[in-house]
Amino acid sequence: MNIKDKLTVSAAPHVHDKTTVKNVMWNVVLALVPALIFATYYWGIRALLLSLTGAVTAVVCEALIQKLRKVPITVHDGSAFLTGLLLAFNIHAGAPIWLPVIGAAFAITVGKQVFGGLGNNPVNPALLGRVFLMASWPTQMTAGWVAVKDSAISGLNDLTRIATDLQSLSPKAYELVTSATPLKVAQTLRDSSFVADINAQAGGLNLSGRIFSSLTEMETLKSLFWGNIGGCIGEVSAFALLLGAAYLLYKNIIEWRIPLFYIGTVFVFSFLFGGIPGSEISMMLPFFHIFSGGLMLGAFFMATDYTTTPLTKKGRIIFGIGCGLLTIIIRLVGGYPEGVSYSILFMNVMTPLIDMLTRPKAFGRVKK
Amino acid sequence: MRLKTFPGGIHPHDEKHYSASAPISIMPTPPRVIVHLSQHIGAVSSPTVKVGDTVLKGQVVAEPAGFVSLVQHASISGKVTKIAKFLHPTGIMSMGVEITSDGQNLSVDMPDDPDFMSLDAAALKARVSAAGICGMGGAGFPTHVKLSPPEDKPIDTVILNGVECEPFLTSDYRLLVERADDILHGLRLIMKIVSAKKGFIGIEANKPDAIELLQKLTAKEKDLAVVPLKLQYPQGAEKQLIFAATGRKVPAGGLPMAVGVVVQNVATAVAIYEAVRYQKPLIERVISVTGSIVNKPMNLLAPIGTLYSDLLEHCGGVSAPIGKAISGGPMMGFALPALDAAMTKGSSGLVLFDEKAAKSMQEHTCLRCARCVDICPMNLLPSMIASAVKYKDLEMAVKAGLNDCIKCGSCAYVCPAQIRLVQWIDTGKIRYAEAMRNK
Repeated sequence: MNIKDKLTVSAAPHVHDKTTVKNVMWNVVLALVPALIFATYYWGIRALLLSLTGAVTAVVCEALIQKLRKVPITVHDGSAFLTGLLLAFNIHAGAPIWLPVIGAAFAITVGKQVFGGLGNNPVNPALLGRVFLMASWPTQMTAGWVAVKDSAISGLNDLTRIATDLQSLSPKAYELVTSATPLKVAQTLRDSSFVADINAQAGGLNLSGRIFSSLTEMETLKSLFWGNIGGCIGEVSAFALLLGAAYLLYKNIIEWRIPLFYIGTVFVFSFLFGGIPGSEISMMLPFFHIFSGGLMLGAFFMATDYTTTPLTKKGRIIFGIGCGLLTIIIRLVGGYPEGVSYSILFMNVMTPLIDMLTRPKAFGRVKK
Repeated sequence: MRLKTFPGGIHPHDEKHYSASAPISIMPTPPRVIVHLSQHIGAVSSPTVKVGDTVLKGQVVAEPAGFVSLVQHASISGKVTKIAKFLHPTGIMSMGVEITSDGQNLSVDMPDDPDFMSLDAAALKARVSAAGICGMGGAGFPTHVKLSPPEDKPIDTVILNGVECEPFLTSDYRLLVERADDILHGLRLIMKIVSAKKGFIGIEANKPDAIELLQKLTAKEKDLAVVPLKLQYPQGAEKQLIFAATGRKVPAGGLPMAVGVVVQNVATAVAIYEAVRYQKPLIERVISVTGSIVNKPMNLLAPIGTLYSDLLEHCGGVSAPIGKAISGGPMMGFALPALDAAMTKGSSGLVLFDEKAAKSMQEHTCLRCARCVDICPMNLLPSMIASAVKYKDLEMAVKAGLNDCIKCGSCAYVCPAQIRLVQWIDTGKIRYAEAMRNK
């Protein structure tokens, strides 16, 4: 042996697959790039600006707090950038620029650093930031939706399919289908007094039924899939999100159980209970539910957050089903048109309990 | 070809190309050897020689100190020059007998007994026991003990472990392709000793020539079969191999005999064959000296007790400074503090890393990403065990699987936060044993 050789002594294993926290996080950011490109294409530079504002705010906040806490600054790991980006993805393109700033700052400080930073937060920081904004600035968060170029916010572009002149037939119905998001339209159609109103305006015509069935028409579903609707920056294009999700699944960064059971549950239960009185349930209704709102973004990018979801395989299935059930309950009977954020947050809190109850049986161990 | 395997596991780069094509070559008699008194699981052997004694190759130098212990033999001829603590391949200092070569390589008589197959089980076991054989795959469990299952645990299957799932190592592979007949003799002998009806040889798919050869040799033997296995670490772990080959699950805390199986490494099978036929003690074994910086990676048939530094010198040294020297494979082997450790009966490889490969990455907080959970071949919660140990909650560690862990290292291999999971779990095992003693 050469005297110069300094042998490293460490515990086995001596080889590693080279995945690091940093490359996991930046890969998730990369997987969100298609959604960001779509958003920028749809809404122009403003969507990009809002997104980057969220991300940069999160990074700056994390660095500042780590400096105050006198701990190593770890913003290069990408986790803060990701949180900020996801937060901004949950804001619509018409929102004021300070909204993502406050949201990202809240997400990082109260959602993450208060608990000790990466790996220690009990709930998804980006979602916590979002519900904080929803509770504090509901108007800015939900009003002023901007439709994607040449489309209606609701995804219902061709109103003549509903009635030859909807505007004069029922001004109230017209206002709904031109100003609300698809899920808001679906929710409003479950309001019996509203339904009675518009059907009366239309002279007894089953207008509500017509609008409802137009939501599940191929044209509308196409808009939902590609993202030609109104909605939050990162959530509109199911296609772009699925592209990113496929990449993460391929790279083994996210695992299939949570998204599959989450989306699957929404799919099944929206078909069973998603109808409205006076209208048939279309076979396509589940597709309306899985492609609208924040489900794709939530199921693949937020419900798969490592820290706040169960460790056990069985636990992840329960988590997915739980998110699905809560989402569908909020959408169909709750006060909000959309329930992805609250569902995931609720299940985040249940995670320790789920882990405790689903501890796996070791290979070769029999049930006692 | 349908490949069998087990649930969980990882796919490290196999890195076997360095030494895979190097035929087994004979290591010249080294100037000295150190015969460690603890080469096995069980009681430390007690020396029967003293400093100044002259010994022949194959002569007993230490006796077993109980049933679960081992007899040790001189692996070269010469003079006993020291009985003291020497560096052991596990990185600790341990008692050993130093023999300085007389350069003559004089051996005790090892008569050929061509009629060896007609010996009865008791006589066969006596020869295995006298040869001081222990499991040569790494764990080093005394073979005569393994071949003595209690009456109420009938054995119906013997599995030879030719998996060699550790990256880099090729010593078992070379035995499979060069000494297949001896391996099969060994298998027959083991089957006879434990009166098993079926014999399997488990080989991973990255050794197609070995699979083909053994399949050809066993084609006419109805009670023997080669089990081609999907490439997956840790397939060579006993419980995983048994499951892959037979579908049987060894109960937690139990031994393979609980499911009627005995597993032996292919190198052990060769040693058993030689012990029975020639009454040759286990005094040499094949070891791979390999790694990207080794000038001439080789598979050497070397006397037990040869210093790693001598092996490396015979392989032409290294082309770059050594960063890490691993005794065994990189997944479960031991990083040595120096190269003057002496190989034991369980030493299957010496793997040398350059400085870059030796760099250890920084440990981060657990992200709870559950990668370790997803690949754990024992279906445990490695990250939870580690954090429970860290926060001194032994009860939780046990609930998360502390006592079922086989320390294969798959969890630490995939951990993106570079948490030294095996080290934490090992610490937990030690603390648990202490807690049990103090009870």
